[in-house]
Amino acid sequence: MHHTLKPRSLAVLATATSAGLLLSACGSGSNASSGGAKEFSLTINDDNHIVQQELTTLSKGSCASQNKALPLKIQTLPIGNVDQKVQLLAGQNALPVQFAAGGTPQLTKTLDKAGQVLDLEKTLKDLGVWDDLQPAAIKTVENLYGKFNVMPYQFNIEGIWYNKTLFAEHHVATPATYDELVAAAAKFKSADVTPFSADGKDGWPLTRLVSGYLYRELGPDALQAVADGKAKLTDPAYVKAAQAIADLGKAGYFGKGVGSIDYDTAVQQFLTGKAAMFYMGSWALGDFNDKTKNKIGAANVGFMPFPTVAGGKGSADQIPANVGLPVAVSAKSYNAEVGDWLSCITKNYGAASLKDQGTVSGFKPGGDTGTLPPLTQTVQDTITKTKTSTLWFEALFNTKATETSQTNAAPLVTGSLSAKDFMQKIQTDLDNG
Amino acid sequence: MRSVLGDRRAIAVLLGPALLVYTLVMLVPMGWSLGYTFFKGNVIEGFTFDGFGNFEKLWHDPQAHSALWFTFKYGLAVSAGQVLCGYLLALLYVFVLRRSSAAVRTLVFFPVILPTVAVALMFQKLFAVAPQNGLANVAVEGLGIHHGDWFASAGGSFIVLVVMDVWRSMGFYGVLIFAGLLDIPEETLESARLDGATGWRLIRHIVLPLSAPVLLSSVVFSINGTLKVFDSVLALTNGGPGSDTTPLTLYMFRTAFSYGDYGYGSTIASLLTVVCLGVTLIIFRFSRRDLTKG
Repeated sequence: MHHTLKPRSLAVLATATSAGLLLSACGSGSNASSGGAKEFSLTINDDNHIVQQELTTLSKGSCASQNKALPLKIQTLPIGNVDQKVQLLAGQNALPVQFAAGGTPQLTKTLDKAGQVLDLEKTLKDLGVWDDLQPAAIKTVENLYGKFNVMPYQFNIEGIWYNKTLFAEHHVATPATYDELVAAAAKFKSADVTPFSADGKDGWPLTRLVSGYLYRELGPDALQAVADGKAKLTDPAYVKAAQAIADLGKAGYFGKGVGSIDYDTAVQQFLTGKAAMFYMGSWALGDFNDKTKNKIGAANVGFMPFPTVAGGKGSADQIPANVGLPVAVSAKSYNAEVGDWLSCITKNYGAASLKDQGTVSGFKPGGDTGTLPPLTQTVQDTITKTKTSTLWFEALFNTKATETSQTNAAPLVTGSLSAKDFMQKIQTDLDNG
Repeated sequence: MRSVLGDRRAIAVLLGPALLVYTLVMLVPMGWSLGYTFFKGNVIEGFTFDGFGNFEKLWHDPQAHSALWFTFKYGLAVSAGQVLCGYLLALLYVFVLRRSSAAVRTLVFFPVILPTVAVALMFQKLFAVAPQNGLANVAVEGLGIHHGDWFASAGGSFIVLVVMDVWRSMGFYGVLIFAGLLDIPEETLESARLDGATGWRLIRHIVLPLSAPVLLSSVVFSINGTLKVFDSVLALTNGGPGSDTTPLTLYMFRTAFSYGDYGYGSTIASLLTVVCLGVTLIIFRFSRRDLTKG
């Protein structure tokens, strides 16, 4: 080499090159906090089709002008990753405009404390649309989150949906007690029909059965007592509930490979007549009322609340009710365009979701709702009649206990984890939470 | 050359940029992470000083112990599988297929370049019992061995995980060791054959000792890779059933990013660093023995 660079020039050049490489590696992510939102972004779990579809419909219809000013952009991810994603983005002040409020209300409370969650009561009142919300939904949200800070895109009840045709074919009456439910399952199993379709991959549809049993056995305050420290999940009465559901699995009532079945497959099993019963929230009405998905026909889908347990303190009219996996709004990305969107949604979503999907939301149906499908009407009537509502199994748990509960649900019903150990694992996480 | 290497400024110029990048990319985050181990909390809630609380928690945490045990078990099984299959493939290329090994090498190497998630999804389907019976299940049932749901038990999930990761990476180790075997002089092998060393004896006394350096590199690569396994576990079993296939990396990730405890997550990361360092040192200690004198 004849022309050598001087050491100092070489050092400067090399350092500049390194710094350039380093800087180029750090991509500049769009930060919603700088100057408000550029898109009406929504991060939501991928098994929640209703909200995605309805917001997309509104963006092309009633909220087209809002969508022109601030385009709707939806990102989906598996439900188990929602909390991680939300926390990571919150840590970088880069939350999307709307985000699924996590698997546990505790996360939303934490984000709220950190000033990341928009106070929706104040915002919707300022926008003049507060009266477009269902009072029952407001109450449910306040019970869960301590204040109104999530959009109630859904207002659900939960229970067991059943295939009327299969029940008639096999001469099974609608079970009113848990023993009758087990007897019905046994009858279906012996006839080679899967008694219960269940999403064991996500786990929560199985833990819903544990809480269902608990509420019937110990009354609607069963899990509040655990949250208050007055009872432990390892107490015999609580373990008994987990054991009851484990026994359903042991008898093969969830079919083969329940741990590998995801939400969509579970819905499909029920709607193609392969399973007789399906425990789920009324958000599934969207699929039930969809002729392309529902091969058994909406008229053949019946609804029953979780049956009573002999000698239990609970009753069948105490129905689990919730606002689905609600959606919070980022405080840092709020601007006038986001306000316009929220205002438009609050006014139009209630009627649109009833008309398009046949699903009930926490917004008052202010416009044309079309003719309600019979199943939706049944749900509406049940909501109206419900005096006492209950929460899902993990509603009052911390994030770790929630994950432990849901990831161990399949092992519980496949027999690789005992009911006592299942409850012990969760209780340990609650104690350390 | 000596004058250049004797000049401190020249050393600074040559090493400076790389050292700067290494410091910024590796050392600073490591120090940062080590700092977190003395705190509780996260970036959303803020941090509070906790002294050695996280280390005490780690000592008593059964989930961490189970994750550590799984990490060792997985590391041992997959590393053994990767290196052994890689070595056998390399022997096949060099001594059996010889010049015609290029096509087989390419085919066996192909899974290395496939995305982990795609491979994991494929294996999920292969070993599924629901909603459809997977091909692997059909084959196993055809042999008269009925296993049921592979992913419902810790043992079944572990087997599928090991099979998948060995299949995915043995091509890489095959090529790596193949390159090492090519360095063995043909004359040496020829004279060994003339002395009557064939088959297993040739491999045991000539090939193995002469390929020891590349074998050692493979073992170090493999162990360090398998101890830090993350993506394949996440994509195939998500650490389940329950937490039966959760390695330290996944437990660390969940602790920090799902449960919002950066301090404890960093403590688990420190444990993983110590484990990787310890295992590598042990391997190097064993490798000092001269295999040609054994």
